[in-house]
Amino acid sequence: MAQAATATAGRAPERGLDVYNQKVGMWVFLCSEVMFFAGLIGSYVVLRFGASDSWAQPGEVLNVPITAVNTFVLICSSVTMVKAFAAAEAGDQKGIKLYLVLTFLLGATFLGVQVFEYTHLIQHGEWQGSHGFTPRAGLYGSTFFTMTGFHGFHVLLGVICLGWASLQAFRGRWGSDHYHGIEVLGLYWHFVDLVWIILFTIVYLI
Amino acid sequence: MATIVAEATGQAILHEEHEQSFLRKYVFATDHKVIAIQFLFTTLFFLMIGGLLAVLMRYQIAWPAKTLPGGGILPETMVASGYILPEFYNSLVTMHGSIMVFFAIMPMLVGVFANYLIPLQIGARDMAFPRLNMLSFWLMVPAGILTLASFFVIGGAAAAGWTLYAPLSARPDLSGVHLGQQIWLVSLVLIGLSSILGSVNYITTTINMRAPGMTWFRLPLTVWALFITAILGLLAMPVLSAAGIMLLFDQTIGTTFFLPAGGGQPLLWQHLFWFFGHPEVYILILPAMGFTSEIIASGSRKPIFGYKAMVWAIVAIAFLGFIVWGHHMFQSGMNPTLGLSFTISTLLIAVPSAIKTFNWMGTMWRGNLRLHTPMLFAIGFVAMFAIGGLSGIFMASTPVDIYIHDTYFIVAHIHYVLFGGSLFALFGAIYYWYPKMFGRMMNETLGKIHFVLTLVFFNLVFFPMHGLGMKGMMRRIYDPTGYQHLQGIQDTNQLISISAFCLYASGFLFAFNFFWSLRKGRKAEANPWDATTLEWQTPSPPKHGNWKEIPVVYHGPHEFSHPDVADKDWLAQNERPDVTSPAGAH
Amino acid sequence: MDWSLPPNLSTQGVHIDALFWIILVLTGIAFLLVESGIAWFVFKYRNREGGKAHYTHGSTRMEIIWTTIPALVLATLGIYSGSVWESIKSAHSFPEDALRLRVTAKQFEWNVTYPGADGALDTSDDFTLRNQLHLPAHEPVIVELRSEDVIHSFFIPVLRVKQDAVPGMTIPIWFEATGTGDFEIACAELCGLGHYRMRASVTIHEAADFESWQASQTTGS
Repeated sequence: MAQAATATAGRAPERGLDVYNQKVGMWVFLCSEVMFFAGLIGSYVVLRFGASDSWAQPGEVLNVPITAVNTFVLICSSVTMVKAFAAAEAGDQKGIKLYLVLTFLLGATFLGVQVFEYTHLIQHGEWQGSHGFTPRAGLYGSTFFTMTGFHGFHVLLGVICLGWASLQAFRGRWGSDHYHGIEVLGLYWHFVDLVWIILFTIVYLI
Repeated sequence: MATIVAEATGQAILHEEHEQSFLRKYVFATDHKVIAIQFLFTTLFFLMIGGLLAVLMRYQIAWPAKTLPGGGILPETMVASGYILPEFYNSLVTMHGSIMVFFAIMPMLVGVFANYLIPLQIGARDMAFPRLNMLSFWLMVPAGILTLASFFVIGGAAAAGWTLYAPLSARPDLSGVHLGQQIWLVSLVLIGLSSILGSVNYITTTINMRAPGMTWFRLPLTVWALFITAILGLLAMPVLSAAGIMLLFDQTIGTTFFLPAGGGQPLLWQHLFWFFGHPEVYILILPAMGFTSEIIASGSRKPIFGYKAMVWAIVAIAFLGFIVWGHHMFQSGMNPTLGLSFTISTLLIAVPSAIKTFNWMGTMWRGNLRLHTPMLFAIGFVAMFAIGGLSGIFMASTPVDIYIHDTYFIVAHIHYVLFGGSLFALFGAIYYWYPKMFGRMMNETLGKIHFVLTLVFFNLVFFPMHGLGMKGMMRRIYDPTGYQHLQGIQDTNQLISISAFCLYASGFLFAFNFFWSLRKGRKAEANPWDATTLEWQTPSPPKHGNWKEIPVVYHGPHEFSHPDVADKDWLAQNERPDVTSPAGAH
Repeated sequence: MDWSLPPNLSTQGVHIDALFWIILVLTGIAFLLVESGIAWFVFKYRNREGGKAHYTHGSTRMEIIWTTIPALVLATLGIYSGSVWESIKSAHSFPEDALRLRVTAKQFEWNVTYPGADGALDTSDDFTLRNQLHLPAHEPVIVELRSEDVIHSFFIPVLRVKQDAVPGMTIPIWFEATGTGDFEIACAELCGLGHYRMRASVTIHEAADFESWQASQTTGS
C-alpha cells in the first residue's frame, strides 16, 4: 500500500533524512544533554573565575593519577563499543558478545573506581581544614560533586543499557540486519566519554 | 531508506490496533491522538486550578482588610481567622505562575497540539517513538500530583515566585518554605524531562516522517511553529533542569552555588533561569502563532500572506530568543554594558513579531471572512498580542525599565501575551480541532458568548494594570494599601478583581460547552471548516493509524480560493493535480 | 485612578519620563493602526453572499516595507535608550563630588548609614538609621546598595530610581533630587513574608537643612 503511494508520487521530492528514526532521535536527545552539561559546566566556569583565589590546586585534593587511569579505562570502553558496532554490522556474533561485554565491564570498572574515589574523599579528603571532602566543602566541593556526580549517573544509565544489550547478544538478538540498538547506544556511550574527557581536563588537570 | 523504515513502522502501527484492552488503549496509550487528549483533560484541569489561585490572589489585593468568604475550609496555615496569610499569598503568587506556565499553557500548546497535529498534518501514522510519547505524558502525572501536594506540607508550597530567585528560594530559614520548594523543584525536573522527551519525538517525526510530497515549504505553519518550539524546548529546558538541581542541592545537601556566604553567586541563578526562561516564553507563544496562522487562513479563505516570511520570522524569533535573556535582569546588578547589548537584541526581536502581525492582517485583507468561534479567537489573538508586544517595547528600553521593572506594568505585559496571546489562541485551537478530536462540533452560540465575555473581561482585568504600573504598584504585594504612593489605586484594584472573577466564571461556560458537546454536540464531518491541511482529509476522529493509505502531497498548506478551482474555495494538500488544478500549482 | 506617572523629582527622571512618553506615542500610533485595521477588515471583508477572497501569497515589497520601518524606528529608539542608560549607569557618569550613603537592605527593613560630618563612610562618625532615608535636594547622591540576606530592590518612585540589592555585592547608584518633600522607599523584589511591608520613609531636604539635620543626628546620639 505504502509503496504504491510512493510510486504514484513519481518525482515527489525526498523527504526525511537518510537516517533511521532512532538514530535521529538519539542525536536530537544528545543535543539536550549537551545543554544540560553546558549549564553545569558553564556555572562551574563562572563560579571558579569569581572565586579563583579560593580554589584548590590540581592534585591538592583529588587523586589525579588514579583518575587518569580511569579516564583511560573509559576511553578503552569507547574503543570496544566501536568494535561491538563493527561486529554487529558484519554479523560477527562472537565479536558482538565479546565487545559488548567488554564495554560493559570497562564501564562498570570506571564507575567502581569513581565510587571508591568518592568514598575516600568523603571520609579522608582534606579541603580548607575540613575533615572529609563533601559537597559542603565550599564551591569547590559543590561543583566537583555535582558535575562528576551527574556524569557518573549518566555512566550508570549507560552501563545498565550495556548490560541489557549484552544479555540480548547472548539471546542472539543482534545481527547484520538488526544492529540499530547497538549503534544508538554507542552514540550515547561516546557522548558520555566525551563529557568525561572535558570534565577530567577542567576539574582535575586545570 | 528512512522513508521505507518509516512506512514499515506505520504498517506495524496499523496492524496492532485491534483487541487492545481499555488500559492499553486509553490509559497507557501510545496512539498520539489519545495521548494528546490525555494532555488536554489534564491541562484543562490545571488551567482551572491556576485560575483559582489567581482568583484568591485578586481577592486579597482588592480587599486586604477583609476576610475571605468560605476561607474556613482552608487550613489555618493558609487562611487564619478568615484572613489569607502573607505566606499563603506568596505561595499563591508563585504557584499561580508556575502551574499556569508548566502545567497548563506549555503542555496544552505542545503536549496536546504537537501530539495531535504533527503526525496528522505531515501525513504520518503516529509519532516516531510512540512509547516515549506515552512516557512523556506519564511523567507529567506524578509531577502534577507532587505540585498539588506541595500546598499541604509544613511550610506550604513554594513561595519565592515562579522565578525562584536565590538566595530566597535556597534558604528555608529566610523564606519559611522547606519541603514545598524542594517538591516543586523535583516536579520541575520531572516535567522538564517530559518536555525534552516530547521534543525528541516531535523533532524526529517532523524531520523523518513527512508524507511523499510534503516538502519543508509545504508544511502547515502550525507544524513549523511546533517544530521550532520543540527545538527551543530541547535546548532550553535542560539548562533549567541543571539550575533546578543545583538549587535543590543548595537547599538539601549543603552546596553553595547561589549562596554568597559560601562564595556562591545569586546572579548566576538569574542568568541560568532566564537563559531558559526567555526561550520558554517563546515556546509559549510560537505554537499559538502557528494555530493563529492556520485558523486565519482557513477563516479568511485565503492563503497565508507571506508564508515564507512567516517561516523565517518563526526561525528568527527562536534564534533571537536565545540572546535576549538579560532583559529580565536590567536592574539586577549585572554589568550595565551587558544591559546595552540585551537592549539591542530585545528591540530586534520585536521586528519578526511585527512582521507576523502585519502578515496576519494581510491574510484577512480582501478575504471572505467566516467569523466562527475559532476565527474570533484567532483574530482576538492578533489584537491582544499586538498590545502585549507593544507594551514590551517600554521594557526593552533600559531606562524606562528602571521605573517599570517589577511593577504591574510587567504583569500587564505578561498577561497580554500569555492570556491574550497564548490562551486566546488555545481557545481558538480547541474550538477548531475539537470536531477532529471528538467527532462532534462544539456549540457555536455558546462559543461566541464565551469569546465576547472573555474579550471584555480580559481587557478589564489587564489593561488597567498598565496604569497601576505607571503609578508604581510593585508586584507580589500582599497589601498595597500601606504605601503613600499607592493611595488612590484600590478602586482600580477592585474593578480588576471583580472583572477577574467574571473572567474566571466565563471559563466555566467554555467547560460546559466542552463536556456537553462530547455527547450532545452535532456530529462532525471529516472537514467541517472546508480546510486544506491533511488532518481534514480523514474522518473525524481519525482511526488508529490515521489513513488507509499515506496521502501524497501536491500543494502548499493554505490553498484557499485558488482561481483554477471552480466548485469550491479550497484545495486540499493531497488533491491530485490532474483532477483539479494544474500540477505545479504552489 | 488617573493615568499619569507620579511627579518626577530627579534629574535622571526627566529623561526616563521623556522616553516613556515617546514610546507611548510610537506604540500608540502602532496600536491605533493595527487595531483599527483589524476592526476595519473584520467589518469590510466579512463573509457575504457571493463573496470571494482574493487569491495571493503575499507581496515581497510589503514585507520589505513593514520590516524596514519598524526596524528603523526601533533602532533609533535603541540608540536613544542606550545613551540615556549610559548617562545613568556608566562609571564615568557617576558624579565626582557626591554625598555617599550606604543602604543595607534586610528582611524587612532598610538601614541607611550616613557618613556624618566628615563626609566619608566607614569612619567613626558614621551613623545608621532604620527605615529613614534623608536626602539633600539639588545635590548628587551616591548610594552603595547592599543586602544582608536575600535580594531586595531599592525603589523610590518619585526619583525614578530602582536597583536590586544583592547579598554578596555592593552596587552603586547615583541620582540628584530636584525638589523636596516626604516620600518612600518600596521594596520591589519579592523577599519573603514581609515583602509587602518593607517600606521606609524618604525625606528630601533643602541642602542647608540636610546639613543641619545630619549634624543634629551625630550630636544627638
